[in-house]
Amino acid sequence: MATTGIHSPGRAKIDADTLRTDRWWLQPLGVFLALTAFVVYSAWRVFSGKYYYSAPYISLFYSPCLSTTCVEGTEPGGPISWWMLSPSLLIAWIPLTFRFSCYYYRKAYFRSFWLSPPACAVAEPHSAYSGERKLPLILNNLHRYALYLALILNVVLTLDAVLAFKTPGGKWGYLGLGTLILTANAVALWLYTLSCHSCRNITAGRITHFSKHPLRYKAWTFVSKINEHHMLYAWISLCTVVLADFYVYLLASGRISDLVFFSA
Amino acid sequence: MTYKAKFRVWRGDDESGDLQNYEVDVNEGEVVLDIVHRLQATQAPDLAVRWNCKAGKCGSCSAEVNGKPRLMCMTRMNTFTEDEVITITPMRTFPVIRDLVTDVSYNYTKARMVPAFAPPADLEPGDYRMAQVDVERSQEFRKCIECFMCNNVCHAVRDHEENKTTFSGPRFLMRIAELDMHPLDTVDRRKVAVDDHGLGYCNITKCCTEVCPEHIHITDNALIPLKERVADKRYDPIFSIASLFSRSKDTRTPAPETPKG
Ligand code: SF4
Ligand code: SF4
Ligand code: FES
Ligand code: FES
Repeated sequence: MATTGIHSPGRAKIDADTLRTDRWWLQPLGVFLALTAFVVYSAWRVFSGKYYYSAPYISLFYSPCLSTTCVEGTEPGGPISWWMLSPSLLIAWIPLTFRFSCYYYRKAYFRSFWLSPPACAVAEPHSAYSGERKLPLILNNLHRYALYLALILNVVLTLDAVLAFKTPGGKWGYLGLGTLILTANAVALWLYTLSCHSCRNITAGRITHFSKHPLRYKAWTFVSKINEHHMLYAWISLCTVVLADFYVYLLASGRISDLVFFSA
Repeated sequence: MTYKAKFRVWRGDDESGDLQNYEVDVNEGEVVLDIVHRLQATQAPDLAVRWNCKAGKCGSCSAEVNGKPRLMCMTRMNTFTEDEVITITPMRTFPVIRDLVTDVSYNYTKARMVPAFAPPADLEPGDYRMAQVDVERSQEFRKCIECFMCNNVCHAVRDHEENKTTFSGPRFLMRIAELDMHPLDTVDRRKVAVDDHGLGYCNITKCCTEVCPEHIHITDNALIPLKERVADKRYDPIFSIASLFSRSKDTRTPAPETPKG
């Protein structure tokens, strides 16, 4: 039997790695399956390089579409001409890095994938532990840079949602199911991004005298309020991302046609 | 309604010990600590248990009930079914003295390592003036009752004895965060937070927050903000350069190296 951790000399001699009687494994298992499914799905979509545009909708994995190989109608459709792989790869690393270094997702993968710890008061299976003190995990400290990029991307995705109010022919005044999905996705992404812990630090978390910075304090108060639900927004936006992309996939691959509520 | 409940209570010392079975009467409205006291009074007069207030305010009765860190005086018996076997053990991160009593001196050692509150030298006590919004953040952390269940559950030391020398646990990182956010403190604690207290060991998995009986948002309001403040100074090249030219300069002096406890 191990002689470290809870089995170290001097501590109460108890063989069990945990004495918890509830189904503590359920949550890490659920998170593991959900995140794995997401990674598999997005890898398929990102690498495929196909079925990402169906006017007026563009899949968020491909927006902005930066290579000249992008399909007709996508924006800006350049300027990168030497890129031969899926244009998604030029931007998909941004949300990937953002979510990977997110404080909530860190908790999620440390628990569910790395079992460090699998659940509270359940012994982890590793003999040594150094936390986030070494490469590569120490880079998580640069989460704020991922936030800056994600904020820029959010502006683009919001524009995409606005453009989804145009008819496939380009006239303003259109409302399809896709318009609603893209809008909902943009809203979810803003909530997720603005409730970020780094955003909280930037608004005013890093200062000591709130009273000297009333505007920043106001912003901090707002961010703090939504920050309490950061985990919820992380999951909601993950779902809307998949939904929005999959809807565009279904349209672009001709499997369904858009449900149109209104068209000018 | 009285019923007989089945208990497994850890009995032993730092050399050996095991879980022993007992059946004890339980009355309506009772908490786990009541049962432990009845056990002491009727069947196990030598059972060692530490307690004081029986009101969730002194932080003495920390133990693990069915594997979860709990205050025994705040764990109601009606949260268990009548046929459930309830297991009570001492905290499993600290050395055991006897039965349910552990030696929590690790925590006192770490507490002494935290640089003390340092108000401006020219400010007399009694002349402290602070705006409510500026002290609010640290007030949440003052609710701490020092039960040390957060340090007990933190896997960085619970599962890795060797980290006890370098890692102070959530309780004292929270204390550092509290002082770092304090409007009158003149010391910059960001370096010692990492170098002497091991902030980098925390992987924000939030077990400390889950067990805190005072419901302090340890991870969200102390540890993550502290990590972000440290990132400002230590990991963020652009911010560090920009802050050299900033109008509102950080005039705090760095905390001195901590005497190793
Ligand atoms: S959040 Fe950090 S300090 Fe708290 S229990 Fe987890 S690793 Fe330990
Ligand atoms: S922070 Fe909470 S769990 Fe930790 S010692 Fe204080 S009261 Fe106990
Ligand atoms: S996005 Fe989750 S903490 Fe920044
Ligand atoms: S006896 Fe004081 S907290 Fe339980």
